[in-house]
Amino acid sequence: MARIIVVTSGKGGVGKTTTSAAIAMGLALKGFKTAVIDFDVGLRNLDLIMGCERRVVYDFINVINGEATLNQALIKDKRCDKLYILPASQTRDKDALTKDGVEKVLTELKRDFEYILCDSPAGIERGANFAMYFADDAFVVTNPEVASVRDSDRMLGILASKSQRAETGQEPIKEFLLLSRYSPSRVKDGGMLSVDDVKEILSLPLLGVIPESKSVLEASNAGVPVILDEKSNAGAAYKDIVDRYLGEEVPHRFIKVKRGLFSGLFRSK
Amino acid sequence: MSLLDYFRASKPTSAAIAKERLQILVAHERSSRSQLSYLPKLKQELLAVIQKYFNVDEKSVSVNLEQDDDRETLELNIVLPDDELTK
Repeated sequence: MARIIVVTSGKGGVGKTTTSAAIAMGLALKGFKTAVIDFDVGLRNLDLIMGCERRVVYDFINVINGEATLNQALIKDKRCDKLYILPASQTRDKDALTKDGVEKVLTELKRDFEYILCDSPAGIERGANFAMYFADDAFVVTNPEVASVRDSDRMLGILASKSQRAETGQEPIKEFLLLSRYSPSRVKDGGMLSVDDVKEILSLPLLGVIPESKSVLEASNAGVPVILDEKSNAGAAYKDIVDRYLGEEVPHRFIKVKRGLFSGLFRSK
Repeated sequence: MSLLDYFRASKPTSAAIAKERLQILVAHERSSRSQLSYLPKLKQELLAVIQKYFNVDEKSVSVNLEQDDDRETLELNIVLPDDELTK
């Protein structure tokens, strides 16, 4: 049975698309047939982050409108043959997205895929609502920063009341916290909310902490999901997150400041 | 903990201020959210049950949810019509 995961946050710029790309790649590398859908109609970017922007022929809206089949629109990843990308339309109005249309596409994908990731746009409008409406699990991407935490909480309220699971009285969407752009040294200095602070405020189980890392920008520059960067902490964090999501017990990393050889001697504060 | 930290302890860090502000805000926004979502429906369903036994209209039933720090009180107030007691 396929599982639908929404990657959401409310606030923009916190790392939803980076997370969608990394986790979709991670699940596919584990051998699961995975599709990742861009719900940001008019402002698509998942294709860029995945590095397949020049291979887009048909998009999500074309499939909804019956102008292309799902197989024509799905882009097979060149690095992993278990991974497929469904790009958003760049030219259409966002009203082109309809609940029936989204349901039709998801139902068709569910027959063939094991995991379907829905990369939500920012905000709480149409695209964001449809991205989460049919979800089984929600990855709430949050930065340790007041506006992001508040918007995540708002999103949790919407997940709990306006999803299909909520409206039909099924078991609620399983929500997970992904704390991104985390800087242990700034937390230690008292200049950034800690992972425990955010967990406590949102009362969400933590799926993983993604440290602030320059490799995230470098990966997006190159169109390579950061999880493929073997040397980067952010990539390793996403690998852990995939393992944890699949039920493995992986200790949390990147939460504490790493003590260097000399840090004890030169610590000034 | 160094001596410097000891003096610093008197002034909360910006992260501590952020946490406190968020806790207050989130608690407030959650309470208004939960009231909006189920209170009207609860009132409607209670009214339907009460109407099975008494001839009352919507105006004679009031439902209020009050929230204190550690408890919630659901207050239900029904004004029964006089002649109904003989039913």
